Amino acid sequence: MTATANTPTVRHTRVPTPKTASPSNRLRAWATRAPLLPALIFMIAVTQLPFVATLVISFFDWNALYPDARSFTGFGNYSEVLTDPDLRKSVLTTILLTATVVLASLVLGLGLALLLNRRFKGRGLVRTLLIAPFLLVPVAAALLWKHVLYNPEYGLFNGLLHWVGGDSAAQPDWISDTPLLAIEASLVWQWTPFMMLILLAGLQSRDSELIEAARMDGASNWQVFRHLTLPHLRRYLELGALLGSIYIVQNFDAVFTLTSGGLGTANLPYTVYQSFYQAHENGLASAAGVLVVIGSIIIATFALRVVSSLFREEVSR
Amino acid sequence: MKNARGKGIGLGLTAWLAGILFFLPIAWMALTSFHSEEDAATNPPSLAAPLTLDGYRDFFGTGGGASPWPSLINSTVASLASTLLVLVLALPAAYALSLRPVKKWTDVLFFFLSTKMLPVVAGLLPIYLFAKNTGLLDNIWLLVLLYTSMNLPIAVWMMQSFLAEVPRPVVEAAQIDGARLPTILTRVVAPIALPGIAATSLICFIFSWNELLFARVLTGVVAQTAPVFLTGFITSQGLFLAKVCAASLVISLPVLAAGFAAQDKLVQGLSLGAVK
Repeated sequence: MTATANTPTVRHTRVPTPKTASPSNRLRAWATRAPLLPALIFMIAVTQLPFVATLVISFFDWNALYPDARSFTGFGNYSEVLTDPDLRKSVLTTILLTATVVLASLVLGLGLALLLNRRFKGRGLVRTLLIAPFLLVPVAAALLWKHVLYNPEYGLFNGLLHWVGGDSAAQPDWISDTPLLAIEASLVWQWTPFMMLILLAGLQSRDSELIEAARMDGASNWQVFRHLTLPHLRRYLELGALLGSIYIVQNFDAVFTLTSGGLGTANLPYTVYQSFYQAHENGLASAAGVLVVIGSIIIATFALRVVSSLFREEVSR
Repeated sequence: MKNARGKGIGLGLTAWLAGILFFLPIAWMALTSFHSEEDAATNPPSLAAPLTLDGYRDFFGTGGGASPWPSLINSTVASLASTLLVLVLALPAAYALSLRPVKKWTDVLFFFLSTKMLPVVAGLLPIYLFAKNTGLLDNIWLLVLLYTSMNLPIAVWMMQSFLAEVPRPVVEAAQIDGARLPTILTRVVAPIALPGIAATSLICFIFSWNELLFARVLTGVVAQTAPVFLTGFITSQGLFLAKVCAASLVISLPVLAAGFAAQDKLVQGLSLGAVK
């Protein structure tokens, strides 16, 4: 099977270089390329062109309420964004929010995946229950946390405290007291199932013979986990962290719904949204947007390397 | 031996407990949606309160307030149309990419993925200004185009990995018989890769259905989608708790149903086909 899968790859690399290609060869090369073009052109038009426009706008001092006062300002917006304490804080908030949610949901997801990898009664049903948070529409999930769980007067959390502790039980105002933690908890709840699913798929692709052999040699559960399971799961952990980061860095729904960016919870996407949609500061918003992109490129350079190693294994399989 | 069995049961119970804990908020939301507004807003919560459909009646507008139907229809149109457009664009692209897994082609593949890492906010302002100047603001078809660009990279990646599993000799035989690309795609490739194509469509549908930022900025009254309709409840301070719960559940229902039905495919798709 491996041999047949590899043959075409080998053959393609031996095809003579295009330098000596005859017109008919070139035509064939274009024929294989052509199906790609519609998707490629569409992506460039809809994603790259607007970004170039953002880049251009970011060099202008431009408030939409005073369209006539538009002027070139060079890197003025950038220095303003970088020195504005609120914006610097939203950079930190974004990093903190993303790191906390990705790490916590990875660890919880790993625990759940290990539990679900065992046979027990009703495993399918438990898996279905666990997936549900990930499938709720993000705004609906945020509303659920804001009104049904966190509400200080009739939320479930304080209701449970009331039940357990009686009338004198503490009734904290979760969102006001710990705003960032409140957002993080709701996002960890939503993303743990996703991590669990990826890691569970990883666990089920383990080589069971190898584990059995290790057990025969007297390896303990912990030794098997530490030296066989964890190294095998590394790629899946990386994949989960990568995909989770892509989505949580861009999170808008939870921040917008739970706190509307107040109480020090505004992350970069929310800040950019606010600075052009509410403050009409087009130049500043664009500069902040470009900075988000630079940050993402730094993450992506690392992340793409991870994916490309996954992909290479896929091709050589 | 007995000890090991006891431990196994204990771990099974732990898994059950975790499952129930994670599901509890949703179960509680479902219960609250069937309570009257007075019973929903009590502390401590009442489990034995009588059940009623008032929350759902309120949500669907028969009890006053804006009807959610236009937004539900908009979401359906935007999600289905963009999923269709993604398939039309991604299928040929993935086909070309899966036939040539050599260096240059992986670069193209990476270009697609890298656009996914370009944050939405990076292009939001020009798109908003463009829409405003061309009169496309509050137009559902602009959302369709944007959702297509949002899902196309994922779809190309996923389908590339699914199509790579189509046996090459079958495709080559069709080519020798003189079949052209559309015929090969619809008659040879599609039937074999159908489960993968279905998974791709499902994920595109879910992401489009869930999207808020574009919809919030680019639509208003006419083209409002279901998540934007839901944001109307953000500041209601739980005055209509049962209604909020009913609304959240009804709007999540298509995604919940689709997700439960295709759990395995969902993982494979969400991990861009890298996890099998």
